Amino acid sequence: MIEIINLCKSFDGHKVLDNLNLTINSGETTVIIGRSGCGKSVLLKHIIGLMRPDCGQVIIDGRDVTKMDEKELSALRLKFGMLFQGAALFDSMSIYENVGFNLIEHTNAGKAEIDRAVKESLALVGLKGIEEKKPAELSGGMKKRVGLARAICMRPHIMLYDEPTTGIDPIMGDAINDLIVELHNKLKVTAVAVTHDMTSAYKIADRIAMMYNGKIIARGTPDEIKNTKDPVVRQFITGASKGPITEGIDFEHLLNA
Amino acid sequence: MKGKGSVRRFLEMIGNRFIDFIRYAGGISILMGQTLFWIPMPPFRRRQVFEQMAKIGVDSLPIVFLISMFTGMVLALQSAYQMQRFSAEMYIASLVAFSMTRELGPVLTALIVAGRIGASITAELGTMKVTEQIDAMETLATNPIKYLVVPRFFALIVMLPFLTIYSDIVGVLGGYLIGVYKLGISHAMYMKNTWQPLKYKDVFTGLIKSFFFGVIICIVACYEGMTAEGGAEGVGRATTRSVVVSFILIIASDCFFTALFYFVAR
Repeated sequence: MIEIINLCKSFDGHKVLDNLNLTINSGETTVIIGRSGCGKSVLLKHIIGLMRPDCGQVIIDGRDVTKMDEKELSALRLKFGMLFQGAALFDSMSIYENVGFNLIEHTNAGKAEIDRAVKESLALVGLKGIEEKKPAELSGGMKKRVGLARAICMRPHIMLYDEPTTGIDPIMGDAINDLIVELHNKLKVTAVAVTHDMTSAYKIADRIAMMYNGKIIARGTPDEIKNTKDPVVRQFITGASKGPITEGIDFEHLLNA
Repeated sequence: MKGKGSVRRFLEMIGNRFIDFIRYAGGISILMGQTLFWIPMPPFRRRQVFEQMAKIGVDSLPIVFLISMFTGMVLALQSAYQMQRFSAEMYIASLVAFSMTRELGPVLTALIVAGRIGASITAELGTMKVTEQIDAMETLATNPIKYLVVPRFFALIVMLPFLTIYSDIVGVLGGYLIGVYKLGISHAMYMKNTWQPLKYKDVFTGLIKSFFFGVIICIVACYEGMTAEGGAEGVGRATTRSVVVSFILIIASDCFFTALFYFVAR
């Protein structure tokens, strides 16, 4: 279980996380939705200890991530897999070295073992025969799938997805969604995804949480969220330009400017 | 009122610059400390260190050759102007040897490497930073300083002194070509005047300098790269700043070391 308690983070006086509380159940996929730039990725980076909060705690399996030193964090991160928005593959390395990075760096696995693990991970995301290519030779969708293969190579317990479907075409996006669901069923991981793509959210989520003004303002199953009465959540999930979120913003003025 | 406002703005600007400077100096010092901390930690990444050594050292040989050769030649020609007036051309050899080993060899090589390698390190790490590759590396439980900075640090502090020795030799050769083939100094005389007055200390002080220049280039370039933000434009800005800051620090520390060796190790 991941428990986020009273998490705060400000950048240049601007509060991005404001006493945020959220519980993520083990074995579930929780999708955090919210507008672009509302701090969803920042929240994700706090969960894996890439950022330190101004105050608050992130408790994973009873231990506070925000108080861990470098060594403890490294040990913890080996249980994590994270898919980045732009896949974040290492340009200078081949796909093989990318996917096998963790095994090469952190285990004494022999060549044969790494070969097998890389092949297996790539097969899980539906790719083969690209081990010797460089990331620059791949399309956006393929990069994401390789990113996914890299994240699952060490069979993590917790998966984090940062905008898994952003920047790729809808068909490839749906394929990624299918993969996430399939991986979830196969590997039984706890997953946290942040996205503003509602199609993706409904498809992969066991639970959806909406982030707004640095707080979680609603949390529930996809059906509960779909049928919510909360006007802010309603405006977001229906994608309406007029409503409480955009109150005071004159879109017509913006269009005519 | 207006006067008061502008004075305040002026003071604020000075204050902000000062804070930026302190922040920069702090950031550089922290990175330096962390690099030193991670150096003795296993594993030693031999493959990465050798790769960087080839990139920094071997690939820089042609440009260092070209610039050092011309510098040696120009040095000989320019001093010939003055020396001929006193019929003291034979001292051109020692002048070239001294200037190259003590000053021009280390400084020119450092400036070339800062421009060629420092910029490329910043651009590479900066791109990795803005495309979240450095974050990704951390999520894969690998410290980016250990993985990215330490091999470059090793490669620079080893290869820069070697390049400096190479530059010294090529510079002296440049002077020799002019001295012997243009100014008509005999081979034996030129060699004698090159080697006899030259002491080990002259070469060593140059190498000590170049070691510190290597540290400066690596830490500045890595710091700029790892703190780059704002997409391609940000990486461009970081790269420019990396070269400018390295140049300034190289020249400033050169001045410092020259003074130090002059007063202390005479």
